[in-house]
Amino acid sequence: MDDLLREFLTETSESLAQLDVELVRLEQNPNDPALLSSIFRLVHTIKGTCGFIGLPRLEHVAHAGENVLGKFRDGELSVTPHAVSLILQSIDTIKALTAALEATGAEPAGDDEALIAALNAMAEGKTPEVATPVATPKEMPPPPPAAAAAPPVVADEDDIFKPVPAADTGKQMPAVAAKTEAPKTEVKPTGDDHGAKDSVASQSIRVSVELLENLMTTVSELVLTRNQLMQTLRTQKDSPFAAPLQRLNLVTSELQEGVMKTRMQPIGNAWSKLPRIVRDLSVELGKKIDLQMNGAETELDRQVLELIKDPLTHMVRNSGDHGIETPADRLMVGKPETGTIILNAYHEGGHIIIEIADDGRGLALDKIKAKALQNGVTTEAELASMTDQQVMQFIFKAGFSTAAKVTSVSGRGVGMDVVKTNIEKIGGTIELNSVQGKGSRFLIKIPLTLAIVSALIVECSGERFAIPQISVVELVHASPKSEYRIERIKDTPVLRLRNRLLPLVSLRRMLQLEQGKEDSDTAFIVVIQVGTANFGVIVDRVFDTEEIVVKPVTPILRHITMFSGNTILGDGSVVMILDPNGIASQAGELRGTEDTQRKQQSATAQIGRSEGKQSLLLFTAGTGAPKAVPLSLVARLEDFDCKNIELSDGKPVIQYRGKLMPLVPIDETWCQKDGGTQPVLVFTDKDRSMGLIVDEILDIIEDRLQIDLSGKRAGFLGSAILSGKATDIIDTGHFLAQSYQDWFHTHEMMAYGGAAAKRVLLVDDSPFFRNLLGPLLEVAGYDVTAVDGPPVALKLYEDGAEFDAIISDIEMPVMNGFEFVAAIRASTRWKDLPVVALSSHATPRDFERGRQAGFTDYVAKFNREALLTSLQQLLQNLGVTV
Amino acid sequence: MSTSLAVAKPEAGALALSEMRDYVTMMVAGQMFGIPVLLVHDVLGPQKITRVPLAPAEVAGSLNLRGRIVTAVDLRKRLGLPPSENSKKPMSIVVEHEGEFYSLMVDQVGEVMSLPQSDYEKNPATLEERWREVCDGVYRLDSGLLIVLDIRRLLRFDGQQGSANGLVKG
Repeated sequence: MDDLLREFLTETSESLAQLDVELVRLEQNPNDPALLSSIFRLVHTIKGTCGFIGLPRLEHVAHAGENVLGKFRDGELSVTPHAVSLILQSIDTIKALTAALEATGAEPAGDDEALIAALNAMAEGKTPEVATPVATPKEMPPPPPAAAAAPPVVADEDDIFKPVPAADTGKQMPAVAAKTEAPKTEVKPTGDDHGAKDSVASQSIRVSVELLENLMTTVSELVLTRNQLMQTLRTQKDSPFAAPLQRLNLVTSELQEGVMKTRMQPIGNAWSKLPRIVRDLSVELGKKIDLQMNGAETELDRQVLELIKDPLTHMVRNSGDHGIETPADRLMVGKPETGTIILNAYHEGGHIIIEIADDGRGLALDKIKAKALQNGVTTEAELASMTDQQVMQFIFKAGFSTAAKVTSVSGRGVGMDVVKTNIEKIGGTIELNSVQGKGSRFLIKIPLTLAIVSALIVECSGERFAIPQISVVELVHASPKSEYRIERIKDTPVLRLRNRLLPLVSLRRMLQLEQGKEDSDTAFIVVIQVGTANFGVIVDRVFDTEEIVVKPVTPILRHITMFSGNTILGDGSVVMILDPNGIASQAGELRGTEDTQRKQQSATAQIGRSEGKQSLLLFTAGTGAPKAVPLSLVARLEDFDCKNIELSDGKPVIQYRGKLMPLVPIDETWCQKDGGTQPVLVFTDKDRSMGLIVDEILDIIEDRLQIDLSGKRAGFLGSAILSGKATDIIDTGHFLAQSYQDWFHTHEMMAYGGAAAKRVLLVDDSPFFRNLLGPLLEVAGYDVTAVDGPPVALKLYEDGAEFDAIISDIEMPVMNGFEFVAAIRASTRWKDLPVVALSSHATPRDFERGRQAGFTDYVAKFNREALLTSLQQLLQNLGVTV
Repeated sequence: MSTSLAVAKPEAGALALSEMRDYVTMMVAGQMFGIPVLLVHDVLGPQKITRVPLAPAEVAGSLNLRGRIVTAVDLRKRLGLPPSENSKKPMSIVVEHEGEFYSLMVDQVGEVMSLPQSDYEKNPATLEERWREVCDGVYRLDSGLLIVLDIRRLLRFDGQQGSANGLVKG
């Protein structure tokens, strides 16, 4: 029997019992309007529910009954014993029908026209006509209920119940009564046989949630006391209380489990609406979607259930809307026409895992990236250094929907951020995995219940704290001698953990525990996961895990976001429960301000990019000032094991991604270390990579570059003031050329068919870009002439210089790029030259404007790859046409 | 400890009861204070108190009172008085306020006194602001002055006007 039906039966039998009582009272006080309304409501509810779950026979009877009651209520009919009897009779029929329903799981066949006709006649005020039929049931008010209630027990044998419908043809109420009597006698004994088998209705009772909550609180207290007693017991040998306490321990655990169960509901309750939603969705969007639900019986706390209902619905909707492709698209990529959304729920170590997977198109990373840039939550440089996994996390930011158009279903930009917040609110986590073209998978991990949680007890500065176990990923013991050492970047502690830097949070500092005392380097690190961000919390000691009861903190301390509650431990002392989200946002306050700074910066950068504001990677190499290189040029940062660095022809190389990569030290006095690791900046171009050996990577900053070119050395563009310090800016081209000299030329020459180097005119007012792009283009095999602005370029024209292509900046003093290109197109000799625009504003609109102004192509300023490709294509086309 | 509550109920019977009010008395830095007896839930000796980091200075921490978590408020700090100089462990009076328990740390808990309304008057206008904020009025006793604390205002602090004012002034 399905849950819906079961629930209906429980509810209806309660209502029916109440109706019996109230109808009898109505007979005694026929003019009590409150009573009438109450009865009307009950019957109305039954009618409504029947209609909803598709029980037509019940619905018709209830409807007819409701009509009559409606007339009573409106005063159009007076309440007479006859009328009440008739209503009672319809109630009895409803009882009989529900009983049959309970026994067989289906509504018995047949109809109740006689009764309905009588009720309708009554409703129309034709009381006299039905006076006789009514009289009969009245004579034997108790029997009909019993009689009517009895048949269903054996109603699986339809024939027994059939006599009742047969009576309908007679259209005589007495007949109905008489016929019902027949089954009664037949059935009674059978009914007794089944007496032991309780009906569904009597198997469950309704208890107010409040009562359950109170029970839960009391049990929580009991658990605490039990813990306290057990703790005491542990310190005492041969206590006479040992045995009874063990028993108490067991009983308490059982009681706790039992009470928890009362609050448990199958997760299927939260899913019941989904098939319908998915169906509607597939109709609306013209998709074929199959929804598979496994583990619907998995139970969890009703409080938790309520909270995840909406997020789940939203995510399934998302999967259907964004994930699953149209049948045509699916066939095209060789997938079955019907997309599948799978919902899985299961228990795992005190948590519920809910998995929502689809076999759709997966997350569109480029769309997410574009959106992230558009929303200003990140910069291109940052994006370049992000893993796919990190990029995907953007969907959890507010205002993120990659659906191209807003459908009625989703795409309104309220979504995954709310989902994430809701899940985190109940101490859960959400993970996301997606493979483009294959589908996406969300993994939600939530605690079984909110009242009692398992927590790790830690100590810092002599104070103990509890950290909810669900957030704890692992524990690391760090000491200067071990593999795990706490290192510091300025004052910020970090830990190398499996080749990743784990940011550390000093609990001492964050909670201001001991003024002036710093964390020792020998400490425990509790690795905590909040969302997808991991961070370590430095503590002095780690104790056991303990089951704790979360109690809210007193109102006067509620403003401290670092604590989610407090509790009493087994030894009777009070400890504060740390809130991982609170710590993260507190730690993130630094990050947060950074974020806003970055946002502001990127905002200004968008306006002021032409002024040279950009991300720079700061590092040290050899002696002298810190060095910097534009981050956009760096493909990756690597930390190689020194043992893996080999010498080839006296030059360092390393096996990298299946190839030999040349390593170039900036510091000429560099010599190979015996052990440890070697930080390397990897520059990649086409399929070639080159590593620049540095001493230490310091920071990434966003700043405006003002290069003082005076002190020119090989390999350096000059120096600039960054973060208040004189910094040498590396000439990447110089080092690229050093490692690529021979390769690069053959490589590029081959690409251009060995033809003579093409002449390129580079027009840019920024010396930085001239110095950056000049060498780059030269390395790529072009003959480059770099000038600082259109006036000089036009002077060259007048002097009769010839080029194969022109690359020009847009924002320039005196004459901007648009004016410059217009001048070129108006000239005689240069008018057909390909002119590539370089700009930081590479939006389609800018692109169009550039086209109209006469540019052949439009390339984002930092995109070297695109520039080289564009040049190559333009010059090749030229080769064909000329 | 709580036995002290039952002690020394004065010969109140003779007087009109409506004119008498019962107070639990206590000493903080040599000053006698009183709290209406009906608000007092418990009187405690020295307790193990868990410090709450980042809490307002007046909050000494939390303690476990028969399975309930009670917030300990240092009355000396709340009244802007210097910390106690003698090493005697403080005693506490537990009061209930809006469903929560608070334990007020005082130097010493005294007897319960029944005091006539006729000896009561409002705060002198010149009383320091921080005190005026949390004191309800004064009883003139033969042995000195007894200040009646207003629990509601005493426990309203941190950002709420009470201590904010006090902190600025103090």
